[in-house]
Amino acid sequence: MLEIKNLRAGVDDKDILKGINLEVKAGEVHAIMGPNGSGKSTLAAVVAGKEEFEVTQGEVSLNGEDISELDPEERAHKGVFMSFQYPVEIPGVTVTNFIKTAINETRKAKGQEDMPASEMLKKIKEKAELLEIDRKFLSRSLNEGFSGGEKKRNEIFQLAMMEPKLAILDETDSGLDIDALKVVAHGVNTLKNKDNAIIVITHYQRLLDYIVPDYVHVLMDGKIVKSGSKELAYQLEEKGYDWIKEELV
Amino acid sequence: MSLKDKLLSSFIAFEDYLEDDSPIHDIRNKAIKSFEDKGFPTRKEEAWKYTSLNSLLKEDYNLYSKQEHTLEFKDVRKYFLHEVDTYKVVFVDGVYSSFLSETTHDKLDVCLLSAALGKEKYKPVIEAYFNKIAKEESLTSLNTAFAKEGAYIFVPNHVEADKPIEVINFSTGSEAASFLQPRNLIIVGENAHVQIIERHQSLSNNAVLTNSVTEIFAEKRAHVDYYKIQNDQIKASLIDTTYLKQEQDSVCKVHTFSFGGKLIRNNLNFYQAGQHCDSVLKGVTILEGKQHVDHNTLVHHISPNCESHQDYKGIFDDSSTGVFNGKVLVEKEAQKIDAFQQNNNILISDKSTINAKPQLEIFADDVKCSHGCTIGQLDEEAMFYLRSRGIGVKEARALLMYAFANNVLESVKIPELKKRINKLIAQKIGVRLGFDL
Repeated sequence: MLEIKNLRAGVDDKDILKGINLEVKAGEVHAIMGPNGSGKSTLAAVVAGKEEFEVTQGEVSLNGEDISELDPEERAHKGVFMSFQYPVEIPGVTVTNFIKTAINETRKAKGQEDMPASEMLKKIKEKAELLEIDRKFLSRSLNEGFSGGEKKRNEIFQLAMMEPKLAILDETDSGLDIDALKVVAHGVNTLKNKDNAIIVITHYQRLLDYIVPDYVHVLMDGKIVKSGSKELAYQLEEKGYDWIKEELV
Repeated sequence: MSLKDKLLSSFIAFEDYLEDDSPIHDIRNKAIKSFEDKGFPTRKEEAWKYTSLNSLLKEDYNLYSKQEHTLEFKDVRKYFLHEVDTYKVVFVDGVYSSFLSETTHDKLDVCLLSAALGKEKYKPVIEAYFNKIAKEESLTSLNTAFAKEGAYIFVPNHVEADKPIEVINFSTGSEAASFLQPRNLIIVGENAHVQIIERHQSLSNNAVLTNSVTEIFAEKRAHVDYYKIQNDQIKASLIDTTYLKQEQDSVCKVHTFSFGGKLIRNNLNFYQAGQHCDSVLKGVTILEGKQHVDHNTLVHHISPNCESHQDYKGIFDDSSTGVFNGKVLVEKEAQKIDAFQQNNNILISDKSTINAKPQLEIFADDVKCSHGCTIGQLDEEAMFYLRSRGIGVKEARALLMYAFANNVLESVKIPELKKRINKLIAQKIGVRLGFDL
């Protein structure tokens, strides 16, 4: 599904990612953990196509196709989705209208007709129920005045609506209480199947109790320094990152 | 002959033509002298520093339409509201069109100023209100000197106007260049309510310069909702001056939507004469090409315990230019007022310009005054967010521009008007979004 080879990227001549190698196969869940400033969010943004970051070396390919030169919207059309750590407020555009636009723009790019209104409504209803989202919430302006938890839930609602091949969850657990975390995790798990893949970026092991990873990677100073099973997450929770640093020396 | 000389010489003929016993004969004569002394404003004046009338004044304007033009309703239908019934005061090339208008004298008066000026029964009203708050500024004086035609709206105490009132000035372009000077007088009695929509619309590509003046009096507890739709042709220019005087507990809101036209200068002057007044001034400006819009606002807090809110949003593309010159003046007696001013601008193109000049002059010591002014580009992070959802650059920009202007639209109280303005914005931004905004 996703193959990242020797990826180097940065901003203003400052290297942030210093040679990332990662392969994510369909049906897998990968967790990326690491201390603050290690490059986790940058990795997510670079895969999603944020232009602020300059890719200086390496390759990002999706199902065998190099996507590293594509615009963010083109990557979205090909099935890349990133759940934002800080979703942006768009006053005057409702959650419903926003998701309709996103879906139909994606369909247009694929040469498909707009999704019929009845089908759209049915889907919105179904996914809103999955994430325990109130109908009133859908007619509010996108992210405007939303609590941290509402913003994250709304991100996962968009994920559910867009049904991407590759979902990158950038610190989706931050700002969520335990009940909201469970709802969000349930949503993600319901959407997971053998044809899609999920990358979970998190500081804490807590989320991984609910979205269980097949692999855990530790990102430090722009490199993946250690990979393992979900047990690695428990070790990190218990011992922090220093022991890995020591191991590296 | 310069436009000034042409106007001065035509004034003699104009006065001759009118009856001498007109109640405003003296006011007119005084006004023309004032204009003669001052002349047209130039950029040497601080208030006109960023707006030059020079190129407009060079045109050879026709001051009076030589022949009357009738318009078919179907040709101008799109400029009116449809879903709600409205009163209409319509002028074609400065001449009242009874055919397109829908006036009333039942519960309230909605008619034309020339009728009010000529009839005995209106004399006390004219004497009490006409030209009472208009300042002796050159363009206002020029308008006063030639004041003859415009809307006259009188809402008696405790009357709620049963439908909105549309005041539309059409210009047919029958002359190569026309100069129009509408003059509106609006009196809203105690506890009376009214909604008014004003529009200046050229129907051709010939040059038009309109020098419009409106006086609005809001008595105690009156509610006035005033909407200015400025979406004119590319060779039409407008100098629009509005004076509002508010008595105790009145609420006056003026929304100005500036999307079209060559040059627009809005002078909006609020005087809070009584306590507990609320004044709202909002605007959305979206420009392209070489368009120029200058918002010049004044909120004069004379009385204590009042509020004023200003919120102007501007989006400037190509080599368009904008000016926001907002003045809040708080007199010593005006304690405990709450004055807020906000002006946000987005420059889409490197060649577009905005000159923003907020001015607060405060002589009272127990007040809350705040202002904020921003000039920037569309937020990159927001663009990335929308694009990462599969929305293309053009549509993403449109959504963000719409979102930027949105909170000004929220207070538009006529649903159909709101819908229309949304459409105009979508058109102006140049995209068809997959839903009705």
